[in-house]
Amino acid sequence: MIEATWLRHTLLVLGLAYLVWSLGSLEVDWERVSKGLPRAGDIVTRMFPPDFSRWELLSRGVTESLEMALAATFAGMILAVPLGLCAARNLVPMPVYLVARGIIVVMRTLHEVIVAIIFVKIFGFGPLAGVLTLIVSSITFIAKMLAEDIENMSPGQVEAIRATGAGFAKMLLYGVVPQILPRYLGVSIYRLDANIRQSTIVGIVGAGGIGQTLSASFSRYDYDFSLAILLVIIALVFIGEFFSSWARGKLR
Amino acid sequence: MLAISELTKTYDTGTAALRNVSITVDEPQVVAIIGPSGAGKSTLIRCINRLVEPTSGSVELNGENLTKLGSRDLRRARRHIGMIFQEYNLVERLTVMENILSGRLGYVSFWRAFRRNYPPADVAAAFSLLERVGLEGYHNTRADSLSGGQRQRVGIARALIQSPDLLLVDEPTASLDPKTSRQVMRILVELAREQKTPTLINIHDVQLAKTFATRVIGMQEGRIVFDGKPGQLTEKVLTDIYGEEDWSTEAAPVTAAAS
Repeated sequence: MIEATWLRHTLLVLGLAYLVWSLGSLEVDWERVSKGLPRAGDIVTRMFPPDFSRWELLSRGVTESLEMALAATFAGMILAVPLGLCAARNLVPMPVYLVARGIIVVMRTLHEVIVAIIFVKIFGFGPLAGVLTLIVSSITFIAKMLAEDIENMSPGQVEAIRATGAGFAKMLLYGVVPQILPRYLGVSIYRLDANIRQSTIVGIVGAGGIGQTLSASFSRYDYDFSLAILLVIIALVFIGEFFSSWARGKLR
Repeated sequence: MLAISELTKTYDTGTAALRNVSITVDEPQVVAIIGPSGAGKSTLIRCINRLVEPTSGSVELNGENLTKLGSRDLRRARRHIGMIFQEYNLVERLTVMENILSGRLGYVSFWRAFRRNYPPADVAAAFSLLERVGLEGYHNTRADSLSGGQRQRVGIARALIQSPDLLLVDEPTASLDPKTSRQVMRILVELAREQKTPTLINIHDVQLAKTFATRVIGMQEGRIVFDGKPGQLTEKVLTDIYGEEDWSTEAAPVTAAAS
């Protein structure tokens, strides 16, 4: 609580002034809004009933998305381990730590969609670009969590294993792995869930999967098919979420 | 056996934890190291197996200068030095058996350790130690479901399965209740005597030190201020080590004059 009355009032007035000014600067074009509203109604009416007749196309997209998510999670899980170990301050010398942290920061800077666009430019349209995108984001995510977990582990257990004459590899095996394994698996399962969601998004920029099917249906004004795809994506994400929390609950 | 000479440790922060400490242990005896917190007891023990790097001085174990060893030789030397910790430091998510066998990690290959495929002789030794520390039947129990006293017994078994030439013990009873403390100390000292292993025990419970040790070393501010038999620990000596205090076991009655 601010003690001085005058300061409290001044801040309040400044806050209100800012709110008014920012609302005024939004430049909402009311004409476009009024034109858009009936169009929204039109789109919604054309969405119903959802059209599942092209279920083969739909199921091919879904399968591709799932495959992308699974492959990317698996590759990410494995590739994140060396990066995560190198990014843990208490395990490696300072230069290694800085390089590994640098890689993680740089890789995390770019949003998945931007990475996907770059990969589409390099490898062309299709699931390869999508898988690579998801691998990049999975590696950085899992590696970061892994490194933080290693930094927070109990140093006593590691000390005891070192005291028996174990070298670095055996110290990892007995001192580190048992401490971080449950969370590593938990984070990976969470990442699988996230990758299922992401795989539908990267498709929109042409990187394969159900998202690409969705994007194509929108541009062809097949709104009833779009709704069918959206319903399937919602179901997919629901199932992913459910499986993820069930599996992580089992890991205690 | 063990010859520590002029050992010094100054931490990066500038704290001088050890100042010219020299100790010779030339028979298998139980040495209790007492002294106030911050006297350097823990640092001393960790400088012997170099979990903490000493600044200068030397530590010789059976004729080998441990302070000069490269990392490979240091690991080989550590196989012969058992260590027991205040917080037990068991690998919480592993079973009792895996924890005890981890004392043999210096001897088995990575691949065997990974598959938990230890030589039958090690497994037999682990079972017999488990019985000796009174935890028969607990081999498949996870360490994190044990009580403090049980954990420390596993810690003792893990150190002794190394068949160590030297046993380093850091405040083994500081986290235990008085009865469990005595039980743990009794097991520890019995096994150390049996295997004729010289043992250094950091302990701040003077009574336990007197009961179980054959030699007591008193430390204060990184220096040794007493080295003698438990019987020689007089009130004057305790005052030298810990500072002024009324050492009689019957404290003067607290007068209720605060009203």
